[in-house]
Order: sequence, then structure tokens, then C-alpha cells
Amino acid sequence: MAAHLKKRVYEEFSKVVQIPHEETPAKKLRLSKPSKSAALHIDLCKATNSTDALQYLLQFARKPVEAESVEGVVRILLEHYYKETDNSVRLKIASLLGLLSKTQGFSPDCIVDDAINTLSNEKSHQVLAQLLDTLLVIGTQLPESPALRLRLVEVAYKHLSDTYFGVRNKCLQLLGCLGMVDAPVGKENEGPGTSLGGLRDVQSIISDYFGDQDPRVRTAALKAMLQLHERGMKIHQIIYDQACRLLTDDYEQVRSAAVQMVWVLSQLYPESIVPIPSSNEEIRLVDDAFGKISHMVSDGSWMVRVQAAKTLGSMLQVSPHFLEQTLDKKLMSDLRRKRTAHERAKELFASGEFSSGRKWADDAPKEKLDTNTVNLIASGACGAFVHGLEDEMFEVRIAAVEALCHLARSSPSFAEKCLDFLVDMFNDEIEEVRLQSIHVLREISTHITLREDQLDTVLAVLEDSSRDIREALHELLCYTNVSTKECIQLALLELLKNLNKYPTDRNSVWKCLKFLGSRHPTLVLPLVPELLSTHPYFDTPEPDMDDPAYIAVLVLVFNAAKSCPTMPALFSDHTFRHYAYLRDSLSHLVPPLRLPGRKQVYGLDSVDSGPGSGSVESAQLFLQQSLNRVSTIQNLEASGAQDLLDLTIRDLQRLGELQTELAGAADFCATYLRCQLLLMKALQEKLWNMAVPLCLKQNVTATAAAQQILEETYKLEFLYSGLESRQVATIHHVRLQAKALQLVLTSVHTSHCERFLQDVESFQRLFLTELPHLQDSFVDKLLELMPRLSSCKPVELVKILQTTLRQSGLLQLRLPEQIHRATATIIEPTGESDNPLRFTSGLVVALDIDATLEHVQDPQNTVKVQVLYPDGQSHVIHPKPGDFRKPGPHRHRLITQVYLSHTAWTEPSQIEVRLLLAYSSSSTSLTSPSKLGWSESLESLPAAEAAVEGTIPFSKAVKVFIMPKPARR
Amino acid sequence: MPEIKVTPLGAGQDVGRSCILVSIGGKNIMLDCGMHMGYNDDRRFPDFSYITQNGRLTDFLDCVIISHFHLDHCGALPYMSEMVGYDGPIYMTHPTKAICPILLEDFRKITVDKKGETNFFTSQMIKDCMKKVIPLNLHQTVQVDDELEIKAYYAGHVLGAAMVHIKVGSESVVYTGDYNMTPDRHLGAAWIDKCRPDILISESTYATTIRDSKRCRERDFLKKVHESIERGGKVLIPVFALGRAQELCILLETFWERMNLKAPIYFSTGLTEKANHYYKLFITWTNQKIRKTFVQRNMFEFKHIKAFDRSYADNPGPMVVFATPGMLHAGQSLQIFKKWAGNEKNMVIMPGYCVQGTIGHKILNGQRKLEMEGRATLDVKLQVEYMSFSAHADAKGIMQLIRMAEPRNMLLVHGEAVKMEFLKGKIEQEFSIDCYMPANGETTTVTTNPSVPVDISLNLLKREMALGGPLPDPKKPRTMHGTLIMKENSLKLVSSEQALKELGLNEHQLRFTCHVQLQDPHSDADTLHRIYTHLKSVLKGYTIQHLPDGTVIVESIVIKVSSSTEDSNTKVLLLSWSYQVQIGPHSTLKKVIVT
Repeated sequence: MAAHLKKRVYEEFSKVVQIPHEETPAKKLRLSKPSKSAALHIDLCKATNSTDALQYLLQFARKPVEAESVEGVVRILLEHYYKETDNSVRLKIASLLGLLSKTQGFSPDCIVDDAINTLSNEKSHQVLAQLLDTLLVIGTQLPESPALRLRLVEVAYKHLSDTYFGVRNKCLQLLGCLGMVDAPVGKENEGPGTSLGGLRDVQSIISDYFGDQDPRVRTAALKAMLQLHERGMKIHQIIYDQACRLLTDDYEQVRSAAVQMVWVLSQLYPESIVPIPSSNEEIRLVDDAFGKISHMVSDGSWMVRVQAAKTLGSMLQVSPHFLEQTLDKKLMSDLRRKRTAHERAKELFASGEFSSGRKWADDAPKEKLDTNTVNLIASGACGAFVHGLEDEMFEVRIAAVEALCHLARSSPSFAEKCLDFLVDMFNDEIEEVRLQSIHVLREISTHITLREDQLDTVLAVLEDSSRDIREALHELLCYTNVSTKECIQLALLELLKNLNKYPTDRNSVWKCLKFLGSRHPTLVLPLVPELLSTHPYFDTPEPDMDDPAYIAVLVLVFNAAKSCPTMPALFSDHTFRHYAYLRDSLSHLVPPLRLPGRKQVYGLDSVDSGPGSGSVESAQLFLQQSLNRVSTIQNLEASGAQDLLDLTIRDLQRLGELQTELAGAADFCATYLRCQLLLMKALQEKLWNMAVPLCLKQNVTATAAAQQILEETYKLEFLYSGLESRQVATIHHVRLQAKALQLVLTSVHTSHCERFLQDVESFQRLFLTELPHLQDSFVDKLLELMPRLSSCKPVELVKILQTTLRQSGLLQLRLPEQIHRATATIIEPTGESDNPLRFTSGLVVALDIDATLEHVQDPQNTVKVQVLYPDGQSHVIHPKPGDFRKPGPHRHRLITQVYLSHTAWTEPSQIEVRLLLAYSSSSTSLTSPSKLGWSESLESLPAAEAAVEGTIPFSKAVKVFIMPKPARR
Repeated sequence: MPEIKVTPLGAGQDVGRSCILVSIGGKNIMLDCGMHMGYNDDRRFPDFSYITQNGRLTDFLDCVIISHFHLDHCGALPYMSEMVGYDGPIYMTHPTKAICPILLEDFRKITVDKKGETNFFTSQMIKDCMKKVIPLNLHQTVQVDDELEIKAYYAGHVLGAAMVHIKVGSESVVYTGDYNMTPDRHLGAAWIDKCRPDILISESTYATTIRDSKRCRERDFLKKVHESIERGGKVLIPVFALGRAQELCILLETFWERMNLKAPIYFSTGLTEKANHYYKLFITWTNQKIRKTFVQRNMFEFKHIKAFDRSYADNPGPMVVFATPGMLHAGQSLQIFKKWAGNEKNMVIMPGYCVQGTIGHKILNGQRKLEMEGRATLDVKLQVEYMSFSAHADAKGIMQLIRMAEPRNMLLVHGEAVKMEFLKGKIEQEFSIDCYMPANGETTTVTTNPSVPVDISLNLLKREMALGGPLPDPKKPRTMHGTLIMKENSLKLVSSEQALKELGLNEHQLRFTCHVQLQDPHSDADTLHRIYTHLKSVLKGYTIQHLPDGTVIVESIVIKVSSSTEDSNTKVLLLSWSYQVQIGPHSTLKKVIVT
């Protein structure tokens, strides 16, 4: 029962894959190509009424057509089109024409004439619109044919006066996509360039339709104009006034497009001068546009508001005077001026009074306002962001926050001003908005220094239950500048509180304090005695070294001490001891310090802190030299060569440890060389001269070596990122050698030989471009002998392989520019706990896992969690895609839960948890170099290379004590 | 000229007792039917005798519309419908219909059972009154009768608050009720489309105020509560049962959730549970966040907020208690206040305005010693905080609404006269529209300029469209020829041929002729030919034809030549043109020919 229950539980909570896979034979599919056109023709002729015909067309549309038969199909469709009386069928045909002309490899210029001809006879507006759409598709397919363009544009111009909005829409779209500014369009009878009177350029034609009676056409006209702009044509400034008028249109889509239009113009002509209506003043166009768009932030439709708020963010040329107005909101109460809460807070802070408004009349209105000066409808930019940040829809609020960010990054004074508003957003009801505003504040934090009261509100968020919010805030604090030592104290206090409440935040909090300390050494200095609770006369008890809070304080102090040489004088004895301990155990958080009278520590540290940029170069040089040295291996005696390899591998490994930048490359080389070493050892046994099957002992070590080489090659291929095809070829080459070795060692069977030959072939196919670099190698020789190999008997093959293997030399490894090894560190669980996780057997227990992954591509699909039970059972769990976060480039964070279960144990025991990197050889891009057409892709797949799937453990295993108890009956 | 008349019976230059009469297109509508909280005599209800001295109101009113459930907007409803007498339709939104009777009943209980008044409406009357109510949905157009239609918009003031758009023919009025343009924790912002009404009747409670951002106030509130809880103190928040209370609950609930706090929050029971129930039901009327997340969890199903029991007040440890009533003048909130006042760790937060004379008002003004009944004094040691959470539009909000709706006239109600004066000036200055602010019983008349719909025959329209050049500039007026027929209350524009046919008349053609005498020795035919060639050289761009029957036709002008009987050298030129040419663009042509 328990077992059954357990099974069910697994099914419900997690996907568990047992590692041994049974191979299922793949089914092969072959697609036949029936003649499309013929079938369609027959179908259409069969159709008695329009419904039938429509049905056939619909069916036809579901299947793709090959490029070569498109033209035939088009002819048939057109033929039917002329005969057809029903509008809907004609419409479908027209849309099919458009669809067909998109077919790859088909050039639609041959059907242009037909399509244009059909236009002139068409009566139905809907069909007309569809035909124009088809022309649009054709036009966009043939971008480099000016004559065709001109023709299409003329067609569009002719139909612009249609009464149906759809036709006008499509015409405008055509003009937008194909029209040229420099090539004027005339009426049809006049032709381009013949008469001056009828000539108008595309822009003025389109702008005529800004005043169309149908809102959809107005939108299309604006969109067409934007399209022109996108195609790199310069929009005239005259349009600005018209576009501004459309900002007050009754329809939201028009307003939204108009906002874009105004923005485009403001970017094109920022400095030109426009008059302010009803006064004789003039302002810059970009300021005027900014004011108008700011106005749209309080529009009735939220789509427009989002659009407007987003757009504001990209208007960086606006004058600071206007920019600051967006945050302006004059408050009044009963016609008396009132100060905003922000101003009050600032004043309180300035006056030094430490209390916030606890009085009722605290916000009592002050001076009386002159009624004439109060501007209720703020003209221009007034308070746009104040509105945007208070909007009902969170989309608008996010857009406003982002816009603030963009503007603030380019203007420090504005950044200072918008600080209060951003801090207010930390209290938004939607987490996304809160998170976004924290991120934004971090981005602009280089410009600002937080006041104490502001810091106070920022820190209040540290108690948020959402981990993302807290970590974002820690990140923010890392970059924040604060003004006083009280701020530091406050921040530390709140962070410790946070640590107390959410112990899992430990690492993040420490890191935060590290930056806080190194940023403000002078502010920390006066706090040190208090922080370390030292006393001038009395010895204070030594704090507990395992207390995360104490470590947090020490991290702050030590990082501040780094750039403040007077600080260590304030330390007590145990502080120095703790320093030595922490420097060792948490070296990433505690910097090396120059402590007086501690030469030894100093000396050791200087080695670590010594290497600068210069040493990276020298390390690189060393790496290269080692590789070069290895390449001379051919000339050496067998034993000498092995020694050299051994040495080099050791060197490289040490190099990787010392120089983190080169760790990936060094590791890669070392692993590669190890493969070579193994191969060499296996081959250079003296026993090889005997008949192979006779020596069993030799057989065992060599087989093991072959197997190990195979595994290493998979690691080489999938664990490192930044590989070029050259390196991949080299890796595959080693793998091929290992396979050959296996073949030589195992019993000779025809099927094995065949598989090997297939491997060779696929290698040749995949790395055709790399073959010239592989001269004189194993493969090179094999390929020379290939004709002979494929015909010879297995025994003969083995012999050839044996000699080739032994003759072939070592392949020179060339290093790529950037090479990184995928690594994973499990932060949680730590594996230190002695308290077993108790649960009832047969039921499940959830284990929280927190890990950072570096240089893993596509972790959602490749990273798995493996749980190894003491009885040898192992489970692999796929984490949900949502469990991965991306805090930085090449970095991922996995926060997930795995469910454990087991039958009852008598006493607690350890299970191992580790992360696996799953790979599959078919998933690499190299096996299918380019995506072919859908019809051929199945056939072209290299059938020979069956996908090899497997997993590589790439994190240290963490041990967790668990204790399944028998259920109480 | 048609007129729209607006007469406030309450809320004219006054806050409280909202009741506005509108007559539009021959229909009489009552907007809101509220009572004044400040009076206990006849002045508390609107003066219905203004409508009719005796008898029932049914004959004089076409419908009654209630904007939301606050008593100053619906308190007089049972009195009007049952005691004065009104049987017509009463419109209100679904949430209003659900919550309104609870409040009316509560109000009745207090006045009748506690204060012992007689001659007041009974429970049965409330029920009967509610039976006459027809519920409205947002943005649903309801036909009251053939001509009168109403449509509700979201107002955001309290749950179910609505603005109404009233339309008769092409005349329309929008009444806002109370509304709020800034969203809060449980309600969205008011919204209306560009309906361009003839009059926009707007509340103006905060006509002279521009408020600070809501966020600051919320943050302050939460911070104060949080600090007090951390100190281990107890927080008392006196509230009225509906509206703000729910907002504060949501605010605290989400904060507790976010910050992972454990201290209990209590809500004194009674009215509130019923009300919360309705809030749970009418999720569609709340704001974006609550609407979007209610599938996972209904925000009004509070996780941290529990029902309060009297004994909990003595429990040790921190807690937050919401208790009614809001001004600390009686009931549970006062009891708890007395218990907690002595400890300076505790805190009371007044979330709204307090009337003079209440304890709330006294402590807000800093009084530290209170005299209770029976000569006992109470030392107030706990902290007193004031947080204003009001859900009316401020001056900016009102202007924003005007910009949204684009009315032709503006009418302010529900505000103080002095403040209205300021806003009135601003509105007239900014939008250059007329703004009115009638006092109670004073009638404002607005003349409208309604458009008269005319049917036009499609053929005529198409013909004129074909004549009139390319399609753009549709907003320019264009002249067209046609005949207007007025027949049995309907107007029709048809082509003249059809008009003749319909009326059974014959077509008459009007031609103008004139004779011009010329001295010309040539023969008639020659003269004509000479005229033809001359005209051809002078009038470029006109079609000039020389017909074989001895006439020259320039466009539609006919020219004939005949010799005079007396003198063969004197030729008489006969010009003839039609009526259209007389007034049309061809007159210049005529001039050329004549000279």
C-alpha cells in the first residue's frame, strides 16, 4: 500500500525519471508530394456551389505548396476567380494569392499583372480590400523593383477615394510600405513627371487622410506615415500640427497612433521652434511635443496612457525646466497652499526635528493662494508622472516607472527629484510594480544620495515576504550612497532584522553589507566601537562566531577597514582572530586587510590580491606555452611523452585554480590532455604486439580507458560554452578514436563495424569545413582508406584500425577566445545540519533547493536535480521553468523544491543531492546545420547518428540527513 | 428653443441631502433622493412639495435615479416613494440595490428605536420601496420609455457608485453623483466617454483642494500601524461600516501578507459582515488588482482579519481593531477607546473627518483629558493619529472629468458656495463654457440647440457624393440640391423629381432670356459663327458648341441670332439661360457673353 501511495505521490508532485532508459526504435516517416495544382483544379471544377468551393479552398489553404508548383496553382485560382460570382469565394481566392506569394523560393512578380487586372473589374469592396492586401504582400516580397513599386503605389492612389474604409485602409498601408518620398505619385493618366499640377508626394497624400471620417482610416493613415518613417524617409515637419490635432480625437486607436507620430516628429525636429497658441511666445518643438504627450498621460483610455507614458521616457532632449514640471503638483486646501508630504518630510529632516507628523494639523494649509494663479488644468507637462504613477492600471504605472528611469539616467537633477516618487512606488499593491521601481532606483542610484527619511522608507520594504523583492532591495543597497552614519546604522539594523526574520537571505545580506561597507568607510569608522561592542576599559565577551548577525557586522566592518587604515586599531584581539577565520572561510566577502604586525597574513594575501590585469596576460601566455610544449610530444619517447602530459595537466589544473578568468580554458585543456594521455597509455602497452584476444588483462584496463575517454568527451562537448566548431571537431575526433579502440578491444561483429563506419561518415559530413585542419590525424588516414574499409571483413578492419590508431599522432588543440565551464553551486541545503528531516514513510517531504548556475545555456531544459538514496536508488527531478531566475548575464539562480520519499528507515541517513546537466547530441546545432524546408527536413536528418543522451553531474553533491519514520497505525 | 431645466431640491450650494430635479425634452427626472444628517426635523428630507402640493409624485416624475448607497443620496427614498407616494421606476446599480436597504434599515433603527421618533418609515416601507427598484449595469443603455434612455458609468466613490448619462432625443445630461478620479486599494477611478452632454452636473465637495498623492498617505498609515505593533501596542481604528473601512481592511490585509506579520486584526461585527459579503459578490465593481486576482483568492475573504469579540480587547499583546462608529461618539469604538486610552504604547487612528462635539474631534484637537458621563475623567495617553482617506474628486479630478466628457454647460452641486465660486471661475476660464451653481429651489435653464434629424434618400446622397469631388475633408459642410418635405411629423430630403412625383405636381422650367442688339453687317449665320469663334478664343475651359440648327451653346446657355425686321444690319442676339445658371457659377460666363 505504502509503495503504491508513494508512486501516486510522485506522479502528482514531480516528474521523476528513472535513469536507465530503454531504447525505443525510431519510426521513420516519408512524405510524398502529390501534385497540388491538379488536385485543386479538379476540386474546384467539382464544386457546384460557392459553399463547396469555399470548403475546398479552406482545405487547400491548410496544406503548404511547394515553390515550383505555386505558379500553376495561382493560374488555376485566377481562372476560377474570373468565373466566380460569389464574393466570399473571390475573397478567399484573393487571400490565398497573398498567402501563396509568400512561399519561399517563389518570385511573385509574374502574378502582379493579373492581380492588378482583377482589381479594375472588382465591384465588391471587401474583395477589393483583400486584393490590395495581396498586392501589399507581393510588394513587400519584391523590395528591389522600383517600377513595380511605382505601379502599386499608383494603384493604391487610384483606390484611395473608395467609399469602403477597408479599401482606403489597405491603400494607405500600401502607400506606407511602398511609397517613396522622392518619387512623386501622379494621377494615373498623367504619369510621373509629366505635369506639375497633379504631382503630390506620398506624404501629403497620406496626411490628407488624417482627417478622414472613419477613425480606422485615420489610424491607418498615421500608421502608414510611421511606416514611412521606419523605412527611413524623412517626415515633413508640416504634419506636426495635424498630428497634434489628432491627439484629441474621439477614438483611442487614433490617439495612440498620434502619440507615436508626435514623438517621431519630436525626435526628427527637436530644435525647431513652434509658436504657443494664444500667445506670442515660441518654444522648441520637442518641449511642445513633450507637453502634449504628458497631457495624454491622463487620457481616458489606458492604452493611450501606457503609450504616452512609455513615449515620455525616450524624449531625452527635453529641457530640464519642462522635465521637472512632470513631477510638479501644487497642493492646496480651501484655496490655501499646502505642502506635499514630500516637502514636509524634507523640511523636517532639514530642521533636525526627529518626528514625523503626529499632529493633526501637521499638514494644515499655510498661505492663502491668489485664485488667479492657481492652474487647475496644468497646461503642458505639469504633473504627468504624478498622474501616471497613481494610475489605476498597473501597466500604466510600470510604463511610468520605466520612463522615469530613462529620463533620470540622463539627468541627475531630475533623478534627485523623482526619488521621492520612486520610493513611494515601493508600496504599490502589485509586486511587479514594486520590483520594477526597486530596479529602477538601483539603476539611477549613481546619481543620488538617500536622505535618512528616504532610506527609512526604502528599508521598510526589507520585511517583504517576497524573496525577489528583498533580493532586489539588497542589490539596491549595494549601490546606494547614504549621507550620514545614522543611515548606515539604520541600514545595518534593518538588515539584521531581515536576517533574523528570513535566515535564508544570509548570503544576500552579507553581500549587501560588503558593498555598503566598502562604499562608506568614513561613515562606518565612528560606528566601529559600537558595532563590535568594544569598551575602553572592560573586556567584552567574545561573540559567537557562528552567529550570522555577527558575521554580517564583521563583513561590514572589514570591508570598510580596507580603505580606512585607522580602523584596525579599534579592533579587539578576537576580532583579528575572527578576521583570519572569515578571510579563509568567506574569502569572497572579506577583503585582504593590511593588518599591523601580521606579516604572515599580509604575505599570503598579497599573492591573492597581487594578480592584476597583467598577470592574466602572463597566465594566458603560460597556457599557450604549455599547449605548444605538448604539441612536440610526437618526438618524444613514450614514457617521456606521458610524463610531459602528466606535468602539463597538473600545471593547467593549478593555473585554473589561481586564475579564475582562465579557469574554463585551463580545465578544458586539462581534460582534453587527459583524454590523450589515457589513449596513449592504452595504446602503448607492449602487449599490443600480441594477438589481441589473448591478453585479457590488457583488455580490461584499455576498455576502461576507452569508456572513460568517451565520457570525458561528452563533458568536453557539453559542459563548456563558447566552443567553436573547430574544437567540437577535435572533441569528436577523440571520441572517434575511443570508439575505434573499443571496437578493436571488443568482439568483432559486423554490426559494430557498420556502426563505426557510420560514425566516421557522419563525422565527415558534419565537419567537412574542418577537415583541412585535421591533416595527418586519425580520421584523415581513415578517410583515405575508406573505400577499402567499407568492403573489407571485420577482422581486417580491426587490424587496419589498430595500426592507424597507433600511427596517428596527437591533434593540436587550439583555444577559442572565450571558454567557460558550466558550474553550479548548491547554496541551500548546506549539508551542515545534524537534525534529520523527519517525515512519515510513504508520504513526501519537500526539500528547498537554492543554487546558482554559471554559464549554463538554456537551464530550463538542461538542468536537473538528482537525489541519491543510500540504497542506491536515484531520482532525477526536472525543476519547473518558473524556478529559474536570471539575476545577471551568464548567471542563473535555481530556487525550487524537490519532493523526497522513501520507505521507513531505522535511523537517519544521508541522501545526496546534486545538479545534473542533461545533454543530447542531437540537440547541438551542429548536427542539423540549417533548418531546411519543412518537407525535406525529415529526410535530411543524419539518420546514422542516433541521438546520444546523458547527464553530467556538474555540482558538488550535498548531503542531507533524512529520516523516514514508519506510519503510526 | 428647447430647454433643459435643473432644480436642486438639496445639494444646491450645500453638502448633504442630494436631490436634483431635471426636466429634459418633456421628461422629469429626479436624481438622488438623499437626507441631511445634520437635522432631525423636516429639513432632513428634500422639500417634495416643490413638485406638487398634494397628491402623489408619480404623475410628475418619469423616473428616479440613485447614484450610490450613501444616505445623503438615498436616505429619503422610502419616505418619498411610500409616504409621499411614488410608483414609477427607481434606478440604481446592483451593488447599490443590495447595500442600500441595509443602511436604510440601520438608519431607521437608530432614529425610531433609539431616538423614539414616530412618523418615520417602517421596515415594510423600505421593502416596498426596494421592490420598485430596477437594477442597472455599467454601460448598459436602459430605455425608461420610448424617448428617455439612461446609461451608467463607473464612478469609483464607493462600491456600486455610478454616474448616469440621461438622454432624450439629442439632448443629454450627465449626473456624476459622488465620484473619485484617483483609484484606491479597492476601487478604480471614475471614467466616462466623450459623450458631450448638454449639461454636466458634477459634485464639487473638494472644489478648492488639490490633494497629495495617495501613496504617501497609505505609506504613512501603514508605517504608523506597523511601528505601533512592533512596540507591542494596540491600534484602534474607528470606522463607519461601509466604504473606507473596506479600503483600510484591504490595505492592512495586503500589508500583513507582504510583511509576514502575525499580530491579529479584528473587525467589530454587525453591519460589516453583511457588507463584506456584498463586496465579495460584486468583484466586477472593484479595481484591477482585485478583479484580476479573485480567481486565486477573493481579496475580501480576509485571511488575517477576524471577527471581534468584546473579550478580545483585554487580550495581551499587539492587535489592530476596526470598530464602529467612526467618530468615537458611541458604541464599540468608544468602549475600546476607554479601555486603551491609558497606555501610551497604544494608538488610535482617525481615518476621517470628525464632527464637532464628538470625542474624535476633541482628541484630534489635542485634548488630553476627557470628561466622560458621570463626572469621570479619562486621561488620554495613547497616540492619536489622523489620516484622511476621502473618495471625492479634487479640483484637478473635476477638471479631468470635464475634459473627458466635453460638456457644453457645467452645473455644480454638492459643495459649498464659496468653493464653487472659485471652481466656476476656473471652469469658465479654462474651457470657456457656461457654469452654473444654483441654490436649493433655484432653477437653472439651459437652452439647447438640438439637431433635427432628416431622412435623406440614398440615391440623392450617392448622386451628390459623386458630384462633389474626392472624398477627403468630410467635415467641411457641403451644399446640395434637394427638396425638403415635411409630412406627418417627419422630415425628408429627396431629389426634386421625386418630390414632384410624390406631391403630384408638374415640373416647370424657369428660363431667363435677354436680347442684345448688335450692329453687324454679316448674315445671320456668319454673325453666329463669328460669335462662336470669339467666344471660343475668350472662354477657355468651357464647352462651346455650334449646333447645325443655328444656335451656339455655351455650357447650358443658348445663343441665337436673328436679324431685326427693320434693319438687316442690326442683329438681335437672343440669350437664354436656366435658373440654375442664374445663381450658379456660370454667371461670369453670362457676363462675358453680354459684354
